[in-house]
Amino acid sequence: MTFLVDLFRITAIGTGAFFFVAGTVGLLRFPDSLTRLHALTKADNLGLGLVVLGLLPLTENVLVAFKLILIWALVLISGGSTAQLIGRALRSGRR
Amino acid sequence: MTTSVLAGLVGAALVGLGLYGLVVHPHPLRKLLAFNLIGSGVFLVFGIIARRGAAAGFPYDPVPQAMVITGIVVAFAASAVAVALIWRLYSETGHVTLDPDAWTNPGPESES
Amino acid sequence: MSVLTFIDIGLSILVVTVAASTIVMRELFAAVVSYVAYGLLLAFVWIRLHAPDVALTEAAVGGGVTGVLLITAGKRLVPLRRTATEAEPTLILKVLAATLAALVACALAAAILMLPDEPPSLAPEAAAAASGPGAGLGNPITAVLISYRSFDTMLEKIVLILAVVAVWSIGTDRAWGNAPAPLRQARPYPAMVFLAQALVPIGALIGIHIFWVGADAPGGAFQGGALLAAMWMMAMMAQLAEPSRIDARWLRLALVAGPAVFLVIGLAGILMAGSFFAYPPNLAKPIILFIETFMVLSIAVALPMLVAGPPNEGLEP
Repeated sequence: MTFLVDLFRITAIGTGAFFFVAGTVGLLRFPDSLTRLHALTKADNLGLGLVVLGLLPLTENVLVAFKLILIWALVLISGGSTAQLIGRALRSGRR
Repeated sequence: MTTSVLAGLVGAALVGLGLYGLVVHPHPLRKLLAFNLIGSGVFLVFGIIARRGAAAGFPYDPVPQAMVITGIVVAFAASAVAVALIWRLYSETGHVTLDPDAWTNPGPESES
Repeated sequence: MSVLTFIDIGLSILVVTVAASTIVMRELFAAVVSYVAYGLLLAFVWIRLHAPDVALTEAAVGGGVTGVLLITAGKRLVPLRRTATEAEPTLILKVLAATLAALVACALAAAILMLPDEPPSLAPEAAAAASGPGAGLGNPITAVLISYRSFDTMLEKIVLILAVVAVWSIGTDRAWGNAPAPLRQARPYPAMVFLAQALVPIGALIGIHIFWVGADAPGGAFQGGALLAAMWMMAMMAQLAEPSRIDARWLRLALVAGPAVFLVIGLAGILMAGSFFAYPPNLAKPIILFIETFMVLSIAVALPMLVAGPPNEGLEP
């Protein structure tokens, strides 16, 4: 049983790490600020969500698990809004 | 090479980097950035002293860490005062530079 | 060599690289963003040094609030005209500066490598202060801050207020009493307003939680106060709140409340517990939390005022 849990955790955190790497590669290689923004937000939301998912079985009580999910939700809200703001600023020509 | 020694060497490198930036950059805000870099390097050296002082059942020595916490807040306050000074300099002379000649001789792009 | 050693080495290289890029970048805005990233990475280094309270403070104040300060400054200082006389430093100056920097860094590194093997430590005294006459706190750093070195912390709060007074007096004489310039001139984007409306209540709650929990776990007054300050700044940036006039009574009361309460309780310690800044043993924890509440209020009010800057004379009285 613990073997399955460990396997799940390794898969989740590994996939999350892969998304982060993909986002960083996108940040470095995409030609344009808007496309880089796209890469970054995917890495943020999906990657962090998978990492949090992988950390959940290890928590000692429900409160800590709730805090982890709250962190992910806050990053989701702020990351999404910030991406909107950056995109709007890019579109209106400012830096 | 333990964590403490490595972090201490990083702190030394940060102080060196910050000193170089402080001397070389002409723009006052860049100097302020470099100065903050020096400050955080010094805090890091405090931190390794704290880590090495593990005793009495604690994994660290809490006194240097408390000093670093107050130090970070005071460093921010000092940066805020510096920014206000730069802003006042800018609103008086119109230039963001510490070069006194620029304040009196506006140069070819002045408006008045 | 365990995995952690690799993480340490990688983290160290990353921190030095990002710091170097802060110095080397050509544009001011890019350098400030690089500095904010550097602050967040430094928080990781603090975690590796077993200092979660310092990591929280570094991420909140060193990375976050300083970043807001510098970006706001960069925005305010750019508009009028480019200075015509910003000369690039000569190569000789760069070489000499690099030599000086290298010498200083090597001297510091040598001092670090030659640290004594038996490290001196104030931990035993701090532990005695934390458990015995000082407090019943579970977080030794809070115990050190409010009990063992309480005088230092009170003086540091006073330094914060002096910095606010200094920033205010840097404005022109005519402007004394007005409000600082708003953090945002144009109308904010709707996404910013949504972000502020969503985050500020949650952030305020988390800030209060971090402050309250700091008595027994990593956290404390500075970290919680910085978070509350950030929430007020976010509300100001979305124009849901305005920087208040600097002669507003509530503002000045809130600023002074922290050190004033601290000082009064410290003086009362002479009567109640025998010496300056001693707390009566059975009342120590409630007294400490009481002091910290007002400290959080002062910090949460002082930091946004420092970022907002000197009073602006262009506004209507």
